[in-house]
Amino acid sequence: MSLIELDAITRTFTLGAATVNALRNITVAIEAGEYVAIMGASGSGKSTLLNLLGLLDHPDSGHYRLEGRDVTTLSADEQAALRRDRIGFVFQSFHLVPRLTAAENVALPLVLAGVAPELRRQRVAEALGKVGLSERADHRPDELSGGQRQRIAIARATIMRPAVLLADEPTGNLDRHTGAEVTELLEALNTAGATLIIVTHDPALGQRARRRLMMEDGVLSDERG
Amino acid sequence: MNFTDTLRFAARAALGHRLRAGLLVVAIAIGVAAVVVLTALGDGARRYVVDEFSALGANLVIVLPGRNATGGVNVGSFVTNTPRDLTIDDAAALTRRPGVRLVTPIIVGNSEIAVGGRLRQVVIAGTSAEFTAIRHLSLAQGRFLPAEDWHRASAVAVIGATLRNEMFGNEAALGRMIRVGDRRLRVIGVLAPAGRGLGMDSDELVIVPVATAQAIFNSNTLFRILVEARDHDALSATRDQISALIKNRHGGDLDVTVITQDAVLATFDRVLGALTLAVAGIAAISLGVSGILVMNVMLVAVTQRHTEIGLLKALGASPRTIERIFLTEATLLSVAGASIGYGCGQLGACAIRLVKPVLPAWPPTWAVAAALGMALASGLIFGVLPARRAAALDPVLALSRH
Repeated sequence: MSLIELDAITRTFTLGAATVNALRNITVAIEAGEYVAIMGASGSGKSTLLNLLGLLDHPDSGHYRLEGRDVTTLSADEQAALRRDRIGFVFQSFHLVPRLTAAENVALPLVLAGVAPELRRQRVAEALGKVGLSERADHRPDELSGGQRQRIAIARATIMRPAVLLADEPTGNLDRHTGAEVTELLEALNTAGATLIIVTHDPALGQRARRRLMMEDGVLSDERG
Repeated sequence: MNFTDTLRFAARAALGHRLRAGLLVVAIAIGVAAVVVLTALGDGARRYVVDEFSALGANLVIVLPGRNATGGVNVGSFVTNTPRDLTIDDAAALTRRPGVRLVTPIIVGNSEIAVGGRLRQVVIAGTSAEFTAIRHLSLAQGRFLPAEDWHRASAVAVIGATLRNEMFGNEAALGRMIRVGDRRLRVIGVLAPAGRGLGMDSDELVIVPVATAQAIFNSNTLFRILVEARDHDALSATRDQISALIKNRHGGDLDVTVITQDAVLATFDRVLGALTLAVAGIAAISLGVSGILVMNVMLVAVTQRHTEIGLLKALGASPRTIERIFLTEATLLSVAGASIGYGCGQLGACAIRLVKPVLPAWPPTWAVAAALGMALASGLIFGVLPARRAAALDPVLALSRH
């Protein structure tokens, strides 16, 4: 059993009169612990695929099995619980809540899960330590640099110890140096056992992954090495 | 997400937009304060009037000359139209009815009084010894009118407290002669200060025997007959006895109006109660308006926070959690507005009581409860739609709007 199994997934959008086939009959399996890059030009459907993997979007047809469970038929509440517990998101523009401190941003998934405050504090401190930002815990996002913000976002994405880490252009808003730092952090998490799926159009970043899924007009081609 | 965390998250979200939150709180506060202050005024006026009437005693029956019958023109309208005089003998006849305890005739008019060189326009009330018992008046000095035949025009007078001060100053008033119209009367008593009642200020009154007043005004008819019934429960029976007796004495025509204190009181109570309610209703409109404001502000908040909502969904917040967060925020703002408005309203009512001590301007409990309830309910009801909208947002759409 693979961690992720997509079986004949189709997704169509209607833009005005035109119909866009974002995903055409996609079948792919991703094993636990893999490091996968989803690549392709903009509009190729790679973001749609990532949203689908993250349960933020639903297919028009086909089946998506996560850890052996068919998740396409789950209710909104069950999907929310699954996102919270099994999936971590890292976004291009970080998406930190501006009025909350770094520690509070990291704690958000724990708060949503109803974890007790004492245990919460402990796990947030641990997660901030892992991304090397313990001393920034009480700073608000606007007091942090871009690289620091993305590391906070990564701490937030991993705090529930998810099965899959989904990163959408994680270095897109960062300069080369801090981008490399963030990439190394994500790869270290992958080495430690997390399944890492990165969407990018940066070939350099894509080449670092052990497996590349090339998207073109909603069609997927697999490439290993 | 547990309750405490929801509350904290919503509170910080509200505090994160100070101007928006502030305006909303002020709008609700104005609505609540308006209800509290206006109903305090209305109910204060109602209580003032009710207290005035209650001071007259609950067993009072009032007989006035003339019949205020309403209705169209009929044959009878052209036959008899002028009412007969209400006379001292009518009043005397009433004292013999079984349900009646006390009777006093009253005749009222304006005249001039003179003491030494001082002249003043006053209200003269011609009445009898029973007047003090029925009106619950007490004397500061001397004694009241003597209990004697109502037809006897004794040359005596009892004056009100204010009048005593104005006419005599520091000198003794008892035993002094005053001139009222063309008559010279001896002051035998001074009323204790009592204030107003039934539209007459007893502090500025000159009270003389009823026959004396009739002579001064050269009139036979009475202004009122005040009757105190023996039993409050038999009040309407007593009223009917009185009507029947007068009708009999006036040759079969019921040409007087007999009203009970209760009926007058109930009418005023009803009219002023309705007034208070109307004023409360007008003030409640502003609460309704602020409810719509809550909805608009929360809708703007949902639009502004699309990205945040999308993020919360990506992090695993269920639609219900999102809905609860926004509803909590709306409720918090309403509670804050309602509390501040309540405080301001009570301060306002307190200020009215300080400025006008005669007006018991306390907001009625029902109005306060309704204002607070309505503020909270409008926060909740008008918060539901924006919260639903936030919950229904597609996380992808929410996140894609940067």
